Amino acid sequence: MDNNKVIIYDVSLRDGSHAISHQLTKEQISKYAQASEKANIYAIEVGHGNGLGASSLLVGQSKLNDEVMLRTAKENLLNTKLGIHVIPGFATINNDIKKAIEIGVDIFRVACHSTEADTTQRHISYIRDRGKEVYGLLMSSHMTSADILLEEAIKMQTYGAEAIVLLDSAGSMLPHDVKERVELMSNNLKIPVGFHGHNNLGLAVSNSIVALDSGAKIVDASIKGFGAGAGNTQLEVLVGLLTKYDYKTNIDLYGVLDLATLADSLLLKEAITISPLSVVSGLSKVFSGFSKHITRISTKYNVDPRDVFFELGRQQVIAGQEDKIIDVAMKLSKTKGK
Amino acid sequence: MQKLKVCILGTGNIGTDLLIKILRSEYLECTLFAGRNLNSKGMSKALSLGIPLSDKGIDAIIENPNCCDLVFDATSASSHSEHAPILENLKKIAIDMTPAKIGSFSIPSVNIKDSVKHTNLNMITCGGQASIPMAYAISQVVDNISYIEVVSTISSKSAGPGTRINIDEYIETTQKALAQFTNCKNVKTIINLNPAIPSIDMHTTIYVQTDTLDLQVVKNSVNIMLEKIREYVSEYDIILGPEYDNGIIVLTIRVRGMGDYLPKYAGNLDIINCAAIAVAEEFAKEQNKG
Repeated sequence: MDNNKVIIYDVSLRDGSHAISHQLTKEQISKYAQASEKANIYAIEVGHGNGLGASSLLVGQSKLNDEVMLRTAKENLLNTKLGIHVIPGFATINNDIKKAIEIGVDIFRVACHSTEADTTQRHISYIRDRGKEVYGLLMSSHMTSADILLEEAIKMQTYGAEAIVLLDSAGSMLPHDVKERVELMSNNLKIPVGFHGHNNLGLAVSNSIVALDSGAKIVDASIKGFGAGAGNTQLEVLVGLLTKYDYKTNIDLYGVLDLATLADSLLLKEAITISPLSVVSGLSKVFSGFSKHITRISTKYNVDPRDVFFELGRQQVIAGQEDKIIDVAMKLSKTKGK
Repeated sequence: MQKLKVCILGTGNIGTDLLIKILRSEYLECTLFAGRNLNSKGMSKALSLGIPLSDKGIDAIIENPNCCDLVFDATSASSHSEHAPILENLKKIAIDMTPAKIGSFSIPSVNIKDSVKHTNLNMITCGGQASIPMAYAISQVVDNISYIEVVSTISSKSAGPGTRINIDEYIETTQKALAQFTNCKNVKTIINLNPAIPSIDMHTTIYVQTDTLDLQVVKNSVNIMLEKIREYVSEYDIILGPEYDNGIIVLTIRVRGMGDYLPKYAGNLDIINCAAIAVAEEFAKEQNKG
C-alpha cells in the first residue's frame, strides 16, 4: 500500500439514518449506491443508525428491515464495497450476522463502547473465519483515555480485526485529543487505524485531517455531513480538501460533488447543520444519536433539553441507554415543580 | 429441618455471590465449591469461609456423587451443555445459571410451583429475571400485544468474562423465554454494558406494544408482581411507569443488590442469584415435606 493512500469510508446511508429517524427507502438506497459507484467510492455503509439488528422502540424502528436494505444496496453495487455496522448487544451472530454474510456484505464493522472490546471477540472471529473483511470500532472513544483505548484496540486486533476505527460519537474531541489517540494507535497496532468524526463543535473535517496527519489510514465521512446530530465529516468537502494534501483516495472529484447534489434532493429533508442542541451534545459529550429523542421527550415533560443533555453527560450515559432520557427528564421536571 | 446439600460449579462472580447468599439460607448448605483454578478470587473467598473446595470442576462431583443433591452451574453456556447429561445421570437437580437454554425456564415469581417438578432448570438471564415477570404480568391483563422489547443496562464491573463471551446467548435466551412466558412471538432484547464510575445500578426497561388497554388494570397487575418479586429481591423498584403513550406501555425497573460479593450496584448478579436460591429452597421445602 502506498504510504499516502487512504480509504474514505462512506457512512451516509447508516449514520444518516439517525437524521431521518431510520426511514431510508429502497429508492434512496439504490440511487445513492449507483451514484457512489460512479464516484468510485471505496465502500458505503447501509442500515439502521445503530447498525444491524438495532431497529427497536429504544432507538427507533427502521422503515425497511435489514435484509431489504442490504439486498437493495448490494444489487446496485459492483466495485464499491458494502459495509455494515454491528453492535453486539443489539445484533447476534445467529439472528443477524449469518444473514448479512449470505446477502454478500463485504465489510463488517463490529462496534462496542470504547471500554468493552471483549464483547466483540466472538463476532470478530466468526466473521474473519468466514473470509470477510472485519474492523473493530471503539465508540465514544472521547470517554476513554488513550492508554485504555490502545488496550481495547489490541484485544480487537487479537480477535482478528483488520482495522481499528475510533469514533468521536459526540463530536466532542479537540484536535489534540484526536492526535494523541490516533498516534498512539498507529504507532502500536499492526493494523490500520481509522477516525470517525462528528461535527458538533465544527471540527469534523479538521479533526479528520489531524487524524490522517497522525497516521490514520481510514477516515469515515458522510455526504453533506448526513449523519446523527450535527452530522459527520462532510464527504465531498473532505475529498476536495484532500486534493490540496498529499493523500490519495481514488475518489472521482466530480463524481463525489454530483453525489452531494443528488443527496440534496434524495436524502436530506433538511440540511444538516450544527443546531444549538448539537453544540450542547458536543459539550456534554453525549452521543449525537440522542438528539431527536431528547428533543421529543423534553417537550413532553416541559424541561430544557440542554439540561437533559448535561445531566446525561454527568451520568456518563452511552449509546444504547436512550431509555435513560425519560428518567432524567422526569426527575428534572419534578425538581422544577418544587 | 434437614438442609439440602448443594454444590456450586464455577467460581466467578455468579458462583461466589451464590455461595455467600447460601450461607445465610435456612434451607441450603454448600458442601462443595468447584472450579478450575484454586487461585481464583472466588476460591480465595470460599477458602476464607471454610467451604470444601475442588479445582476439578464437574469431575469432583463424578468422583464423589454423594456430596450434594443439587448443583448450581455457574460456568458457561457451552460448559453446561457438557454438564447437563452428566448431572442427569447422577440424578442431581441442576440449576443452570448460564444461558444454555437446556432446562425448563424458571422465574420464581411466575412459575415456582411448576419449576420444582423439573430436574434441570434454566434461570434465563439477569435481564430476563428483571423484565420477564413484568412482561408476563402485563400479558396476563392485556390482549392484542403485537411486540415486546426489553432493554437492560448493567455496569461493566458487574459483567465478568463469562457474561461477555455469552452476549449472544444472553440475547437469544432472554428472547426465547420472553416469548414463551408472554405468548408474544415478536420480541426483542438489547443489552448494554456501561463503564461509568461510580458504577451504575442495573436498569431495565420493558416496552409493550398494544392498541387497547385499561392502564389501571395494568398497574394493579404490575404491583401484584412487584410484591412477589420483592419476596426474593428486596431492592427491585419501579422507577418509571407503567405509562401508556403512542400505543406503547413503558415500564422501567432499577435493581440493586445486597452488596454480598459485588457492591450493591450489581443488581443483575443479585436478581438471578436470588431467583436461583428461591427455587433451590423450594426444592428443599418439598424434600422436607416428602
